[in-house]
Amino acid sequence: MPGSESERSLVEAMSRFISFLGKRLPDDVLASLKRLGEKEDTPLAKTVYDSMFRNLEMAEKLDRPCCQDTGVIQFFVRAGPDFPLFGRMEKIFNEAVRMATHSAPLRHNAVETFDEKNTGDNTGTRIPWIHWDIVPELKGAEIDVYMAGGGCTLPGAAKVLMPAAGYEGVVEFVFDVITSYGINACPPLLVGVGVSTAVETAAILSKKAILRPIGTRNPNPRAAEMEILMEKGLNDLGIGPQGFTGAASVMGVHIESSARHPSTLAVGVSVGCWAHRRGTIRLGEDLSLKVLTHRGAVI
Amino acid sequence: MKRILRTPIRNQDIEPLRIGDIVYLDGTLVTCRDVAHRRLIEYGMDLPVDLSGMAIFHAGPIVMRDGERWKMVSVGPTTSMRMEPFERDFIEKTGVKLIVGKGGMGKQTSEGCRRHKALHAVFPGGCAVLAATQIEEIERVEWQELGMPESLWVCRVREFGPLIISIDTTGDNLFEKNRAVFKKRMQRGMEEIFQKVRYIR
Repeated sequence: MPGSESERSLVEAMSRFISFLGKRLPDDVLASLKRLGEKEDTPLAKTVYDSMFRNLEMAEKLDRPCCQDTGVIQFFVRAGPDFPLFGRMEKIFNEAVRMATHSAPLRHNAVETFDEKNTGDNTGTRIPWIHWDIVPELKGAEIDVYMAGGGCTLPGAAKVLMPAAGYEGVVEFVFDVITSYGINACPPLLVGVGVSTAVETAAILSKKAILRPIGTRNPNPRAAEMEILMEKGLNDLGIGPQGFTGAASVMGVHIESSARHPSTLAVGVSVGCWAHRRGTIRLGEDLSLKVLTHRGAVI
Repeated sequence: MKRILRTPIRNQDIEPLRIGDIVYLDGTLVTCRDVAHRRLIEYGMDLPVDLSGMAIFHAGPIVMRDGERWKMVSVGPTTSMRMEPFERDFIEKTGVKLIVGKGGMGKQTSEGCRRHKALHAVFPGGCAVLAATQIEEIERVEWQELGMPESLWVCRVREFGPLIISIDTTGDNLFEKNRAVFKKRMQRGMEEIFQKVRYIR
């Protein structure tokens, strides 16, 4: 159905969703920030949290993006095998991003590499980034939309360890990234860790980890245990809001994993800032839309 | 009571300030980030704005046309550490007195702040609407060919802040100090976790 009316309305709805995501944080992030903010008792930490909450109120009231860095837009799609729009979604996403760039408005965040020119509409080679997963039992599709800001993208890192390093090496890698670079990435952070076989698989899993709702646990008991241990360990560092020290450091630590080659143990780290702008929308078989991450959101 | 700095800033205005102090700014604030720093320091291009005694903001805003003028929609700080390779020389060449951004900066910037009497301060990251509403007017824009984030947006601000001093004119560096504390705590914290994650047996 090239250029059909339903496709047009999907473009418009996705554009509205992108625009909305920049202005209101998802429910789980808001709840986490509220909880963490209440723990702080130093004047500096309190001043920072006050600014954060005031900023969110003003963003909603004035209908503006709460952070100026509206990121590179990334789509992580889980689609059932009968999803009718496989071949059309790239065009739909690109069009929605272009539209949101004007209507939100979004900052111009796509610089064409090598040409080193800002395209001015947030699209470019392979951008917006689209990642597909085919889920056999799913009807329709679920789409995670993520605004990957520069500040929280910068600490991203992945490395293939030798198995002799053990899971101790994974922990050390994560702590090193967070204490070296995470403190500049607008804490409290959501930390995603990929434990996997190769550098690219660990990296993509670490990004999927920060798309999970805060506080959900990896189904593997040991992975879940490690999430809790690292969460506590990082919070005990007392990084505080914006790195000014305080009662906590992170909104959470999430791990996603795959099996690995016997000779490798790969680790990836992705970081989400406190203004973690991600949202999930369910696209029914009839192309009906439902926002799953923001209570009361009407798109 | 709010402690307010006004541009042009003189050495004696900022010399009493220490890391962790909170101030606000009245006057001229110019956005200035990666490419502008590179152009001045690496390519020796003259900045189209006189920054002597002024304040820069490591930031790339969202702006909108408003008739003949520009309207500031959203403008929070960007990661200051990206400008670390250039900032010491930047301070020397421009005479800038206040650098606003987010996160810490390194040893070279501390050295520049000490030698030439300047400050680095943090505006809380992600608080871009708060910051935009403290900008009274965009007076002009330079180097627009660099695109919206990298252009130099010359802004007039009123009670712009909170600005938390992270490097003072003695070269003291709040984030370097904090980082040392975090690294020390990290060693102890990791030892405990290591005992519990020996899954390869």
